[in-house]
Amino acid sequence: MIYFLLIVMLLAIIFCAARGLLGPTASDRIVALDNLTTITTAGLVLLGFVFQRFIYIDVSLIYGVLSFIGVLTLARYMEGGL
Amino acid sequence: MVLTVIGYILVTIGVLFLFLGALGIFRMPDVFTRMQAGTKATTLGALGTIIGVGFLQPEWIWKTLIIAVFIAISNPISSHALARGSHKIGIKPYLKEGGVDTYAEVDEGVKEA
Amino acid sequence: MSRFTFTFLIYILIWTAFTSSFDPQELVTGAVLSFIVATFSYKSFTSEGLSYLHPRKLFYIVKYLIVFFIALVKANFDVAWRVINPKLPINPGIVTYKTNLKSDTAKMFLANSITLTPGTLTVDVIDDKLYIHWIDVKSTDPETIYKEIGAAFEEILKEIFQ
Repeated sequence: MIYFLLIVMLLAIIFCAARGLLGPTASDRIVALDNLTTITTAGLVLLGFVFQRFIYIDVSLIYGVLSFIGVLTLARYMEGGL
Repeated sequence: MVLTVIGYILVTIGVLFLFLGALGIFRMPDVFTRMQAGTKATTLGALGTIIGVGFLQPEWIWKTLIIAVFIAISNPISSHALARGSHKIGIKPYLKEGGVDTYAEVDEGVKEA
Repeated sequence: MSRFTFTFLIYILIWTAFTSSFDPQELVTGAVLSFIVATFSYKSFTSEGLSYLHPRKLFYIVKYLIVFFIALVKANFDVAWRVINPKLPINPGIVTYKTNLKSDTAKMFLANSITLTPGTLTVDVIDDKLYIHWIDVKSTDPETIYKEIGAAFEEILKEIFQ
């Protein structure tokens, strides 16, 4: 059951990555990246449950915070106001 | 037992919406509509998955709740910053016949000033 | 003083959720750290203080969370329907939305709620005007825009922040 869900998540990551590669403009790619990080945060929590390791929750929390800051920085940089 | 069933249902719904969000990003015609599909669907998808894992492992619930609240606050902010940035660098939203874009006037004014 | 107490309470709640244990050693460390951090940051953390814990405001905060969650679920089924439909039924545009809210925190919550509700995305906030990308523009009349997009949130947020 849980492995089937992980496969569906992998499909989601593939679609996002495809948009990241195809995206005609820079902001399309950043939008795809933003959603990839959200999917990854959820995926780390799910992997923590699969492997029964609590440490994955901490990793996911820090990953979420850092990716939020990263996407904000990219957005400001694109706008030219960094 | 009941908690496990609720947890599995929440995780399934969450992963399903994550997939729909990714599909939306792939199919929509321009940056703003992609952001619409992406932000909403991945926010609920991530919330569902993370809180579902909290139900499956009841001793993890507090930390999963913190991650969920953080995602619910941070996701709209980053998409707002991206939308503003994309409009400022001159990406025109995809409009159908008779579509309006009231932000364009403000944007022009800022550039000239 | 009330602002300081409110900040301290929030910090110690976050600390307890992080460590997820009620061990006395953890609690004492958390209390000392929250006290030090709250001393430095209470001025920029909140401007209202303990008045958020008034029963009437608590009632409206719970009501807001319920309304918000229902809107979030509705938004997702809306997006799912639009994405799965092979014809892609969209009619996007950017409209201006005038808000009556004064406080900046209230405006931030309104903008974030609008982003997560069906078919709308906040592009920019300038004074009392919100520029909103609407995936299915129904009309450009200000009254209709106000009612369709944010009236439900705005009434509750007015009660919480003013």
